Amino acid sequence: MGSDLSFSLNLFNYYEAVSMLIFGIGFTVLLLENNLIKKVIALNLMDTGTYLFLAAKGYVNGRAAPIITDGAAQAEAYVNPVPAGLVLTGIVVSVSMTAFLLALTVRLFLRYHTLNFDEIIRLSKKEE
Amino acid sequence: MAAVQNFPFVVIMLYLTGGVVCSVLRARAAARYCLLLNAAATVLMAMTLAYTLQSGSSYIYLMGHFSAPWGNELRIGPLEALMAVCFCGVMLLTLMGGMEHIFEDCEPGKINLYFGSVSLLMSSIVAILFTNDLFTAYVFIEISSITACAVIAVNYRNGAALVATTRYMIMGLLGSGVFLIGISMLYDLTGHLLFENLGAAVRAISEDAGTLFPLTIIIGLFSVGMGIKSALFPFHTWLPCAHGNATAASSGMLSGLVLKANVFLLIKIFCRIFGLESIVSHHVPDILLVFGACAMVFGSVSALLERDLKRMLAYSSVAQIGYIYLGIGMGTKAGMEAACIQILVHAFTKPMLFCAAGGFMSVSGGSKKMDALRGAARRDPLSGAAFLVGALSMIGIPLFAGFATKLNLTLAALALHGWKTWACVAAIVLSTVLNGLYYLRAAANLCSEPEQPDPKAEPVHARYSWQFVTSMCVFIVLNLYLGICSGRFMDAIHLGLELFS
Repeated sequence: MGSDLSFSLNLFNYYEAVSMLIFGIGFTVLLLENNLIKKVIALNLMDTGTYLFLAAKGYVNGRAAPIITDGAAQAEAYVNPVPAGLVLTGIVVSVSMTAFLLALTVRLFLRYHTLNFDEIIRLSKKEE
Repeated sequence: MAAVQNFPFVVIMLYLTGGVVCSVLRARAAARYCLLLNAAATVLMAMTLAYTLQSGSSYIYLMGHFSAPWGNELRIGPLEALMAVCFCGVMLLTLMGGMEHIFEDCEPGKINLYFGSVSLLMSSIVAILFTNDLFTAYVFIEISSITACAVIAVNYRNGAALVATTRYMIMGLLGSGVFLIGISMLYDLTGHLLFENLGAAVRAISEDAGTLFPLTIIIGLFSVGMGIKSALFPFHTWLPCAHGNATAASSGMLSGLVLKANVFLLIKIFCRIFGLESIVSHHVPDILLVFGACAMVFGSVSALLERDLKRMLAYSSVAQIGYIYLGIGMGTKAGMEAACIQILVHAFTKPMLFCAAGGFMSVSGGSKKMDALRGAARRDPLSGAAFLVGALSMIGIPLFAGFATKLNLTLAALALHGWKTWACVAAIVLSTVLNGLYYLRAAANLCSEPEQPDPKAEPVHARYSWQFVTSMCVFIVLNLYLGICSGRFMDAIHLGLELFS
């Protein structure tokens, strides 16, 4: 590789940096966006950022996944499977959260005919 | 292994299966089943508490007998068991007190699902109390979040409840997202998820000065995450809507139990992973103390301005959560004990107030507004008595439960030095005065003669079910018991916190 690439090669933690960036984008949009569907997307983005972080931290360069077919090698040859397990559990959680939030969105849309959450809050205040 | 050691696991499983069983039962059967489940859980947890108090120690319960680094564990000590007994018992009483309103407010075909959600909610609360694994705690936080939203959304013909659920859900998701990233970072630094191993690993890496900043960030993330989940000021905006629009039992269980489980998890993280001294050196408690003090004052002022009884009680919850964080923020053992007793005091008092508010609403045409509720305590004397006891307890009159908090918090504050003492004492005094103002105003409004009695309208009088009467009477007795015998509770809390570190 050329010496002009040495700058990018020194950035050893770009996975973590990107995952935090994704998390931050998701968090901000989930907090500030008015559109409920965009909020749901942001929720998934936020969780994906966390999973990328876990997956990146759980992988050690040059090691294999601990799937043993013919005889186990030294423990040093494998990566720890727990972070991947955590990611899977987290995905299950975020799927159920997404489903619940989408169900709420459907109910709100049927009632107020809009996806703008500020508008929905305004309409519900007017109802009282 | 004594049989009693299995009970925490049995209770969690009973509640989990309860969620499934309730979904196939008819409404009345599901209600009876859920009450029975809570009663059984209370008894089982009381036996566990007696066992841990007798042995004076805590024990680790291995799930599936896999040992430390691989298996999942429960840890049962006197403090967790005490919390679990109180939470299960309060849940039973809250359901009994709000039973009629549940049947009025829910969609007719879906009442059984309400009780299913309540069972799952309780399973997650008990699991959060007992779990010894940080990621398991996260999963159960999310379960409690979904089921808590479900018990608010259950009267979805009411648009305000639906909007409140969505707001609660979004704030909850933000909180648990921050909490999860905290767990991921801590796991990355230490390689452990069980509390004991985490504690040892954190102590080991704390000696390296380079890890101090990441640890501060992680403690901050945990605090913010749990702060959002437990409606600490300035993250409390979702709470008044959510608790003000739910059915009486839901409001009671949400502010009495769900918020507390999250705070308790934060206490567990602080004491068992980082250790109190280390937490204090990161200065996070100072920030919690300031937020707690702000919550106590701001929540009370908002409650004073509120003309809606249930929203007033919800804002009062914001203030009461502030007391808990004030205790945690002191960063001393005494402060932590005061925070724990406040968890119990508020769990005993607020559900009673919400159930009483439900009683007032049903004799006042379903309105929550103060003007419409004028004289409601005359039409419904039992709720009136319960409200008065709750109000006096929240103000902190001696003999009532709230006094135990005020006393222990003030004593803990006086043992501090510097600006903290003044800030704490000022916040406690100011909040007590404000509590007195709005609770007594509400009580006076409820007890006074209605202004212009409509001569044509038939005066509505409360019809009591045995469940409501039992619930209110037991709540009143419990409140007085906690107020008079708070020493016993403090001893158990002291022992439990000693075993934490």
